[in-house]
Amino acid sequence: MTNRLKSVILLGPGLGWLALLMVVPCGLIFTYAFFERGIYGGIDHVFTFENFVRATDPLYLGIFLRSAKIAFLTTIIAILIAYPAAYAITLAPRRWQTGLLILVILPFWSNYLIRTYAWIVMLNREGLINNTLQGAGLIDEPLSLLYNNFAVIVGLVYNYTPFVVLAIYSSLNRINVETIEASEDLGAPAWTTFHRVILPQTVPGIAAGGVFVFVLSIGNFITPDLLGGGRLQMVGNLIYDQFLSARDWPFGATLSMFLIAIMMGLLFAQAVLANRAAGQRGQD
Amino acid sequence: MNQGVQLRNITKRYGLVTAIDNVSLDIRDNEFFALLGPSGCGKTTLLRTLAGFETPQEGQVIVAGQNVTNIRPSRRPLNLMFQSYALFPHMSVEKNIAYGLEMEKLPKDEIATRVAEVLESAKLSGFAGRKPDQLSGGQRQRVALARALVKRPKVLLLDEPLSALDKKLREEMQLELKRLQHEVGITFLIVTHDQEEALVMADRIAVLHDGKLAQVGTPHELYEHPGSRFVADFIGVMNFLNGNAVDGGVDVDGAGMLRGVSELRGAATIAVRPERVSLMQTAPQDGRNCLPGTVEEVAYHGSDLGVHVRVRGGRSTLSARVPAGQADRECIQPGQDVYCVWDAKHSRILPNC
Amino acid sequence: MRDRSNMGLKLHLVLFYTFLYVPILVLMALSFNRAGLPTVWTGFSLEWYGKLFTADPILSAARNTLIVALISTVLATIFGTLLAVGVETRHNSSVLDAVLFAPMIIPDIVLAIALLSFFTLLNMTLGLHSIILSHVVFNIAFVVAVVRTRMRNFDHSILEASADLGASEFTTFRRILLPAIAPGVIAGALLSFTLSVDEFIIAFFTAGAGQSSTTLPMQIYAMIRFGVTPEINAMATIVMFVSFTLVFFAQRTDKEVFSR
Repeated sequence: MTNRLKSVILLGPGLGWLALLMVVPCGLIFTYAFFERGIYGGIDHVFTFENFVRATDPLYLGIFLRSAKIAFLTTIIAILIAYPAAYAITLAPRRWQTGLLILVILPFWSNYLIRTYAWIVMLNREGLINNTLQGAGLIDEPLSLLYNNFAVIVGLVYNYTPFVVLAIYSSLNRINVETIEASEDLGAPAWTTFHRVILPQTVPGIAAGGVFVFVLSIGNFITPDLLGGGRLQMVGNLIYDQFLSARDWPFGATLSMFLIAIMMGLLFAQAVLANRAAGQRGQD
Repeated sequence: MNQGVQLRNITKRYGLVTAIDNVSLDIRDNEFFALLGPSGCGKTTLLRTLAGFETPQEGQVIVAGQNVTNIRPSRRPLNLMFQSYALFPHMSVEKNIAYGLEMEKLPKDEIATRVAEVLESAKLSGFAGRKPDQLSGGQRQRVALARALVKRPKVLLLDEPLSALDKKLREEMQLELKRLQHEVGITFLIVTHDQEEALVMADRIAVLHDGKLAQVGTPHELYEHPGSRFVADFIGVMNFLNGNAVDGGVDVDGAGMLRGVSELRGAATIAVRPERVSLMQTAPQDGRNCLPGTVEEVAYHGSDLGVHVRVRGGRSTLSARVPAGQADRECIQPGQDVYCVWDAKHSRILPNC
Repeated sequence: MRDRSNMGLKLHLVLFYTFLYVPILVLMALSFNRAGLPTVWTGFSLEWYGKLFTADPILSAARNTLIVALISTVLATIFGTLLAVGVETRHNSSVLDAVLFAPMIIPDIVLAIALLSFFTLLNMTLGLHSIILSHVVFNIAFVVAVVRTRMRNFDHSILEASADLGASEFTTFRRILLPAIAPGVIAGALLSFTLSVDEFIIAFFTAGAGQSSTTLPMQIYAMIRFGVTPEINAMATIVMFVSFTLVFFAQRTDKEVFSR
């Protein structure tokens, strides 16, 4: 059996599937962005840049910006929560660490809808949090915790912080303990050792986790849909609407292009940073 | 019919790098042959070319009279013992060894018998059911050997077989492998970077340097009569003095005429083994080579002393090995003036390259 | 000083786990609450589970989900394993890496609309089959990632040893390579299955109309969006239990996959 045939057997089916059902469809909507909307929905094959122009309309730019703002807040909060958690795990006895990590990532493996729904239960006017606060006498009226930016951010943070924990843990783990000991030996107090020796070495992990969270948050649909009450629009909801309600596929496609462009830009930047960090560390 | 291995004009390139440059070797049947050289010299590539995992751009590989150059590894009558042993982790010792025989489609009972035999001679009979991760390094090595030998190949190739073992075990295994080769009666071809190992085990050695064959010969030949500076330096320890080769010896800058026999003329190096150099308090007047100098350093090796002498005139040092007995009598100290003395017949005159 | 900050960190970790698990535990607790609502605990009851199992739409959605998950997992595992082996032993290139990574990076909503557009263009009728076709796409990427990790973690010279001992390429693949990567393949399959069972957006867009091609996540979404009923809690608990079990087995099978 020739080498070529072997390659075809191994790579053919998988790559063929991906080519046909991922590359082609994505290429397709890429082209849709350049066409006009048909009268009854669908596509009129008239070439136009109108969609791109329309996407820069303040209305839509506002939505992009809001999505970016929410994603950014989510990312910051996630990092702030994840870093100490990851650090705490590295301090735990070795044999516990894998178990602790699995506990962190386990919720991820349940249904996304259900995880988001759980926060509806927690945050609504008669939900657990309001009940507890009222029961403890801390508030008189239930707080409006649901169907707003707050709820969306809580939902996103809840879903994606575990990833950041893993990313930061991974980069904490790679640090040569002797660098920390050297810092102490040279007279640095604990906080200085942390922010001048440990933290810089974990920047790749923070960046990786952060980009991951941001990218997943900005394109998210379910969380703003369920926790934002359908009133709150992020890019994901916008695209959904264009495809299902407004039936303006070309415009929906254009918005998707913008979204992908933002994501690719971030991922590229992160890859460049990661490469530079690896270069500085020598080899990895 | 010649049962050995012939490599004819093998050249192997990787892009712009030539890993093996026109190497030809004639390896005899029932010979313990070593490919020796520093890392990157091409010896492992040469071994893998023999095994069939690399295809040379030029040249032929002939095993037991058959041209196997274009034959896949699985069909060649040789077997390779890998440096990492490459035992199948999910199979027991027994199954690992039986694997090669199953590939030959032998009947089950014959396989069982041969496996049992080889386990017996490798002293692994009690370990038949164990998995590789339950064995020690030395045991794994024996399984790897057994797995290859049970197929009764015409040639056994061994890639740095002893590098993973600790010193004591390594020395035992060197003799063990030699004994095994005599017993099995086939050609063993071993790759190693350790020249001492090659000297102990091999019947003949090929020294490789930068992809080229530097010299082939018996351990004695390579040690006593190295043909180049590289071989002289790589095998054992050697003293080198640069100068100009004339009739009767070499005129060394700053030290005068040192005697030796050679046909070379022009820029050359005269070399002598440290153990051939004697240290004396007064210059003997018997025609032996004699260089005055001052003892710079003395290194204690237990069975002998390594003495470094700075030659008068200033530019070179000579090292001498002084047996313990003599050292006791003579009391050699740094700062002492001595004469380095050796016989002209122990001088080696080598081209400068 | 060190100890106090360590205590602080440990406390933070405990709070973090609380944050992660309270919502889940609340749901589980509620599923047994007679009243079904979080306001008051009126007593232990399996009523909602009962209602769940007699609701036809839910049962058929569950059945559909299983069919989709099973078929797409089998296909993705086979194609993905072959692909991973091919890429690791033969054709390592960053272009391929990008293509293989893409399904995990493209926002699912974008992939969903892309597939819908594509199917519409082909005038294809939508149904469970279109969901399956779509699910295989991200499942393959996942299996490939997991199997490739496995492939990097074993001594490849055993493949050469097999050839040296006389085995054909196919025999080497079957008897040496597959057993070596088996844990990765199984873990990849289990994880794929889980992803497929939980997947909502792509299923939603590619299922077309009709109850016959509704999957469980789609059903759950409808229930959440258009009227929260207490059965959801019971459903949530069951679905989570199933997912956790699958992941537990995946981790037991291939511990290395999770130490990435």
